[in-house]
Amino acid sequence: MSKFKKKKSGDLPAISTASLPDIVFMLLFFFMVATVMRQNTLMIENKLPSADQIEKLDKKDLVMYIYAGKPSSRYRASAGSEARIQLNDKFADVSEVKAFILAERASKREELVPFLTTALKVDGETNMGLVGDIKKELRDIQALKINYTTRTGSAMDNLN
Amino acid sequence: MARRSAPEVNAGSMADIAFLLLIFFLVTTTIETDSGISRKLPPPQEENIEPPILKQKNIFVVELNKNNDLLVEEVPMELKDLREAAIKFLDNGGGQGVEACTFCQGVKDPSSSDNPTKAVISLRNNRETNYSAYIAVQNELVAAYTTLRNREANRLFGKSFVQMEKELKDVNYSGNKESLKEDIKKVQLMFPEKLSEAEPKK
Repeated sequence: MSKFKKKKSGDLPAISTASLPDIVFMLLFFFMVATVMRQNTLMIENKLPSADQIEKLDKKDLVMYIYAGKPSSRYRASAGSEARIQLNDKFADVSEVKAFILAERASKREELVPFLTTALKVDGETNMGLVGDIKKELRDIQALKINYTTRTGSAMDNLN
Repeated sequence: MARRSAPEVNAGSMADIAFLLLIFFLVTTTIETDSGISRKLPPPQEENIEPPILKQKNIFVVELNKNNDLLVEEVPMELKDLREAAIKFLDNGGGQGVEACTFCQGVKDPSSSDNPTKAVISLRNNRETNYSAYIAVQNELVAAYTTLRNREANRLFGKSFVQMEKELKDVNYSGNKESLKEDIKKVQLMFPEKLSEAEPKK
């Protein structure tokens, strides 16, 4: 009869945690892959307008980013509430755009320079005057390929 | 009656399941890329160059004033009608003789554009104009060109212009890329994007 007299305790056996590392690694890899690293810390408000006639900016290393918009609330005391340009990690003046483009060009291989694109990430509330000034600087320095970075969506949303 | 303890679950295959999931996510996730409207700026101009003389009827003036109101040929217009109006202007084909447009399906109004290759859209904005309104207008104008190009590409090559451009970028495209490039160029030349932007008014 001892055959049937096993443990009589009712508590459940411990669940094996041997696979926990696997799950953790899986999550880790997933987030590693899915995360986009931000190159710049934004110091401005950057709510992009939406558009539907868009092209993808594929080659990340060939894109130079120029941000513009109103300084975010944290920087408002020091930078004012007028729309500003942000290059790399600091506020900049329109006159600094040229130097920025030249520095970016210098850091790229020579044969890639003609393919460089300037992505304008401009907040929807910005006045066109500032954007026009940036475009004028870009024209002067022959950085003619630009991309108005937008969100995907209907252009009609922009007017509300 | 003694309760039987549950047998331990074999966890040996858990790792396999984990890896399966991992590979699934690896394959299906795409890193988010930025996208936007690509444009080319005109090269800087020399001071004493005379602007080319254009017939008034070949210019389609789109203006955004400082209150973000849209004026097309000096008449107020809703944004949603802009695309249609731009298509109508570009596709008009009112030219005669050498300037005639063989593929246009417009109304051939003699007071509108002669030929898509002659038609220029002039976009003017104020310094106070909102950037988002400007993008909306840009978007509609680009859409007008794309619609017309799609139509012609469909007629000539049996696929839309957007599709052709997509195939050109596709690494796995099986057809001849050189001839595809030629075809794209042909369609682009039929409806060249002539979008002129004036310096914003003060």
